[in-house]
Amino acid sequence: MVVLPKIPIGLWVEIIVEWAQDNLGVVFDLVTRMIEKTVTVIEQATLSVHPIVVVILVFALVWFLTNWKTALGTAFGLYLIYNMELWKASVETLSLVIVATVLALLMGVPLGILTTRSNLVHKITMPILDLMQTMPSFVYLIPAVLFFGLGQVPGLIATVVFAMPPCIRLTGLGIRQVPVELVEAATAFGSTEWQKLTKVQIPLALPTIMAGINQCIMLSLSMVVIAAMIGAGGLGSEVLAGISRLDIAKGFEGGLAIVIMAMILDRITQSYGEKRKIKQV
Amino acid sequence: MSQIIVKDLVKIFGDHPEEALKMLREGCSKSKILEKTRQTVGVFDINFHVNKGEVFVLMGLSGSGKSTLLRCLNRLIEPTSGTIDIDGQDIIKAKPDMLREIRQKKISMVFQGFALFPHRTVLHNVAYGLEIQGVSLEKRREKAAQMLEVVGLQGWEDSMPSQLSGGMQQRVGLARALVNDPDILLMDEAFSALDPLIRKEMQEELLSLQNTMNKTIIFVTHDLDEALRIGDRIALMNDGAIVQTGTAEEILTNPSDDYVEKFVADVDRSKVVTAESVMKAPTPVVSLKDGPRVALRLMKEHGISSIFVVTKDRKLVGIVLVEDLIQMVNEQKENIIDIIHQDIPKVNMDTPIIDIIPIIAETRFPVAVTREDNRLMGILVKGAVLAGMVRKGGMNGSVA
Repeated sequence: MVVLPKIPIGLWVEIIVEWAQDNLGVVFDLVTRMIEKTVTVIEQATLSVHPIVVVILVFALVWFLTNWKTALGTAFGLYLIYNMELWKASVETLSLVIVATVLALLMGVPLGILTTRSNLVHKITMPILDLMQTMPSFVYLIPAVLFFGLGQVPGLIATVVFAMPPCIRLTGLGIRQVPVELVEAATAFGSTEWQKLTKVQIPLALPTIMAGINQCIMLSLSMVVIAAMIGAGGLGSEVLAGISRLDIAKGFEGGLAIVIMAMILDRITQSYGEKRKIKQV
Repeated sequence: MSQIIVKDLVKIFGDHPEEALKMLREGCSKSKILEKTRQTVGVFDINFHVNKGEVFVLMGLSGSGKSTLLRCLNRLIEPTSGTIDIDGQDIIKAKPDMLREIRQKKISMVFQGFALFPHRTVLHNVAYGLEIQGVSLEKRREKAAQMLEVVGLQGWEDSMPSQLSGGMQQRVGLARALVNDPDILLMDEAFSALDPLIRKEMQEELLSLQNTMNKTIIFVTHDLDEALRIGDRIALMNDGAIVQTGTAEEILTNPSDDYVEKFVADVDRSKVVTAESVMKAPTPVVSLKDGPRVALRLMKEHGISSIFVVTKDRKLVGIVLVEDLIQMVNEQKENIIDIIHQDIPKVNMDTPIIDIIPIIAETRFPVAVTREDNRLMGILVKGAVLAGMVRKGGMNGSVA
């Protein structure tokens, strides 16, 4: 039997990661500081007011964005978190989710648009997205720690990488689903590429893009919890502590808080998308 | 005056049209080219011109290349070779900026599926063309509202397109295309998605709009009746090429080949074939100065029982009948003016057969075909009119 030599894929990746660590340290430091600062500002701002005030403000916001039923549910959920004494951890998680989502959208939406405008970009991006989505999420944590050390930032970076693919995919899908005749019409009236994109394609793709944003938020939330393993803090640490101490009560309460946050974020983003759809009809 | 002149236009779909183009010039068939080069020939060997203010119809079955050809005219589809001169400018050579300018100001388009923007109100749909040109909000609202009034949709400005019926939606599409006041209107199966009654209404409306606006319209349709109704001239397409170009009547009466003949076989000819095609030459006639004996001799020669009377410059006066003439001869009278029946049926050269039939059915005289100045151009007899309805080339010696 011929024994084929083992291909050292793992070793190669390791070499690349080490090289980046040695040579791109300055860049990683800069990114770390910027992200840390942003997350801290959001966190501090939220924690500086009394939780009840936040609950009322969020209630008003959700009512404005969706309807009173969702708003009432949201307020109740938030109060429950406060009551379980998980307020600080939840705010930490929420700050991470917000920053991670914003970063993922800032990169994901333009990239998604790009995949519709160039076949080459599309062909290169799709297998990478497949890889990003199927790779077990824990694996991202390893290079993240090597580049950014322990703490919130590596957790956040891993979250962004994990949450971005659906945003890219659904943005691309939404734009490709705009009927050809409408794009033709826009062209026939002499629109520039930019006008076509901003006046026709993006507005019509918006419901699908919103679904992508919704997915992005949900994935951020799930990843932020996993990222607690490398010290990202927040509700994830509560759950982790529950597991390591076999503390059922602590673990369940942490888990419940995560579910509540997920539901709130989901309802807000979904009903916003639906409201737009109804307006169109 | 020709506003659009298309010469040797070819569109080949595929990444490597050169080889296919070469084969096409050598006269290879489309299927052979597809087999050898994997390139699809969309349209080829297209030559036609469209006059200013004309409604030019591109007609053919689906897959005949008519929509492809239409889209070549504003380069929604890039032609592979050939020239398209619009007002003396070859638009295939136009740079992107120039092309956009042409699309914004000169050529507009109306689509089969209406292609209204579902996220914009009716008014903002109509104003789209102005918006991308950077016209101020106030001005474009005003112009768009005016255009909506022209197409009869005032009061619907703030509705969404989905709240409108199909016919109304296409009115919006029409208003959107007209708001820039373009010279040329491209209409791609514009009424095909509408139900028959609404379609007919829209056709009539288009024609009446055309009466006041006088645009150059290129109208694509697969519906022969529609083509015949609205087209000044028609180009019939088959398999990517134009098989025949001409007026409705020319195509109906002189189909250039079997394909055209089959295509037009089911047409209600009575609506299309006109008096001009079925009338006989206006001979014999008598003039006012002729006496009854001259008239009687002519009638005997031609075996007819009545004869038209004209002035010196062949303007129609009326008709005299054989029995009156015989009585006149018997009474030794000479001036036929006393027995002329002046109250006789007359039609124009372009009166369709369907309008002639009731006239011919009610009168005992032959029907005269006259010009606006009352000059006698021809004579209609029952037999020829009926023949014109059923067979091609119903021209029994027309006056050229």
